[in-house]
Amino acid sequence: MISQHLAILPILIPLFTALLQLLPWGDRPQPIRRALGLAATLLNIVVVLSLLQQVSTKSIIVYALGDWQAPFGIVLMVDQLNALMVTITALLAFPVLLYGCYAEDNLGSHFQALFQFQLMGIFGAFLTGDLFNLFVFFEVLLISSYALLMHGGGKWRIRACLHYVLLNLTGSALFLISLGVIYGATGTLNMADLSQQMSTLQGDRAALAYAGGMLLLVVFGLKSAILPLHFWLPQAYSTTSGVAAALFAIMTKVGIYAIIRVFTLIYGAEAGSLSGIGHDWIWPLGMLTLAAGALGVLAARDLRLLIAYLVVISVGTMLASFSFATVETTSATLFYMVHSTFITGALFLLADIVAFERGKTASRIVSGRRLAHHGLLSVAFLLAAITIIGIPPLSGFVAKLFILAAPQMDTQGFWLWAFILPTTLTILVTVSRAGSKMFWHTLAGKPGDQRTPRGKLVAMFMLLAVSIAMTLFAQPIKDYTDATAKQLSDIAHYRQAVLRPELGGNHVD
Amino acid sequence: METLYAITVGILTACSIFLILRGRSFPIVVGITMLSYAVNLFLFSTGRLQIDGAPILGMVENPTDPLPQALVLTAIVIGFAMTAYAIILAVRARGEIGSDEVNDLDTHEQSEGHR
Repeated sequence: MISQHLAILPILIPLFTALLQLLPWGDRPQPIRRALGLAATLLNIVVVLSLLQQVSTKSIIVYALGDWQAPFGIVLMVDQLNALMVTITALLAFPVLLYGCYAEDNLGSHFQALFQFQLMGIFGAFLTGDLFNLFVFFEVLLISSYALLMHGGGKWRIRACLHYVLLNLTGSALFLISLGVIYGATGTLNMADLSQQMSTLQGDRAALAYAGGMLLLVVFGLKSAILPLHFWLPQAYSTTSGVAAALFAIMTKVGIYAIIRVFTLIYGAEAGSLSGIGHDWIWPLGMLTLAAGALGVLAARDLRLLIAYLVVISVGTMLASFSFATVETTSATLFYMVHSTFITGALFLLADIVAFERGKTASRIVSGRRLAHHGLLSVAFLLAAITIIGIPPLSGFVAKLFILAAPQMDTQGFWLWAFILPTTLTILVTVSRAGSKMFWHTLAGKPGDQRTPRGKLVAMFMLLAVSIAMTLFAQPIKDYTDATAKQLSDIAHYRQAVLRPELGGNHVD
Repeated sequence: METLYAITVGILTACSIFLILRGRSFPIVVGITMLSYAVNLFLFSTGRLQIDGAPILGMVENPTDPLPQALVLTAIVIGFAMTAYAIILAVRARGEIGSDEVNDLDTHEQSEGHR
């Protein structure tokens, strides 16, 4: 019974947890809310792992909401990519929430409930098989992210949040316009059905669908911070609280997931005249995003701003690699995505801890006093730096190796190397500059007396440990992403799984 | 009818874009609200414009497409909530920063030093 409804549980569990957390729990509600939140996040890890296990043996799970069959009803679709994304989210969420439970959630009201609503939106966006439903879940995750971004308050946070909100509202309007255009041209919004309709479009309708697809690229580009649309990200991520920033490590990936999904399934290889319309744009934009991120890290004078620009670089790397549109490059992109999510989360938590222990100098890259946990945090920073730069032996190296080795060595492959290698050098220079300033060039005198609670350190090390585990288990993970990329390229399989022609669920025009 | 409708949506969108490009938060919020009106009208029209067509099979000879109406309803609800949030946020920002400029340079530089 439960296994039949497994696909919807990642959405329902956070929803009901958040509702429970909103109840008035007496004089001291916070411990109960924390316990509820942590328990729900753990439960979600179990659920998504069993989903992952199911899709790696069986094919695609299709869950028709209310038993209304596609393309008329809304379906949740779990293939290997969806399962991978929800697993990353659940594994990231637990340490981040644990970190938040150490008094971070007292800085504003309802942090715990907002966190769960945010998770619900992210899980929903990853699981849905319907474009309009994707919009709805985007809004769910956005409205909680608006509140989480403001968590703790303060002038600069409000300003960054205002920019973020206004930009995203405009983005939502564009999303609706593109959905309208696509619906007007094809008469459906189910992703699998859309992929079937695209190949049959002619003339004006094909042009409309083209415009709709390009608008979708703009919308997802705004979410994932591609070059001309990335300016909100550094400010938003560097001014918000560490715990919110760490959770937002998954937010740009939502945009990238949507790009991968839409431009492989709907505008993919079998879309006739519309096939591959996204890739021509994603390629140069990805490269320019890489370059912009590299300039950003060079200019950053603050550790958190530096990490925010590292996020921009990772977005550029993933898109540039994805745009080759072969099975190998897609697999490498997915591997890199897993690596980048965890290490970014760990770095934001680490920066928050360091800023707290340094006191007045906070996260600015200047000499400050020694930290209370100086040795431990220095080692953590060293590990994180090795991972994010991509020096052997940790997961960053493996991920970059896959990205560089995947494409064929023609002109395009050469340009990929020509952008990624200098960028890596830039990261190496800036991260080591930050590390040596903050951990070696300390001022003489007593070390700081502000000690981070042990639980926060544990949460941060949990995320770092995932990166180390990714190095040890690189082969099984790569096998999984290989299988995922192969499944992504098999579009006919999706149509069959979702539309189920044997049940007579064919589209009636 | 189609032409009139298209012109209406176009003018609404053009005005909203003009307002969104202003430098103060109030015109931007008004612009975004207006944009959501334009978008709702546009979404409604994707089921093709038709007069006297109920969205229910069997009631009239030519039923109209019910799906865009459902989409518009969803979009209105979401847009309403988001606009409310944006207004509250703009008022908060006005109170805390003391100006409703979305991006003035001096305060931005202070923020760099502040961090």
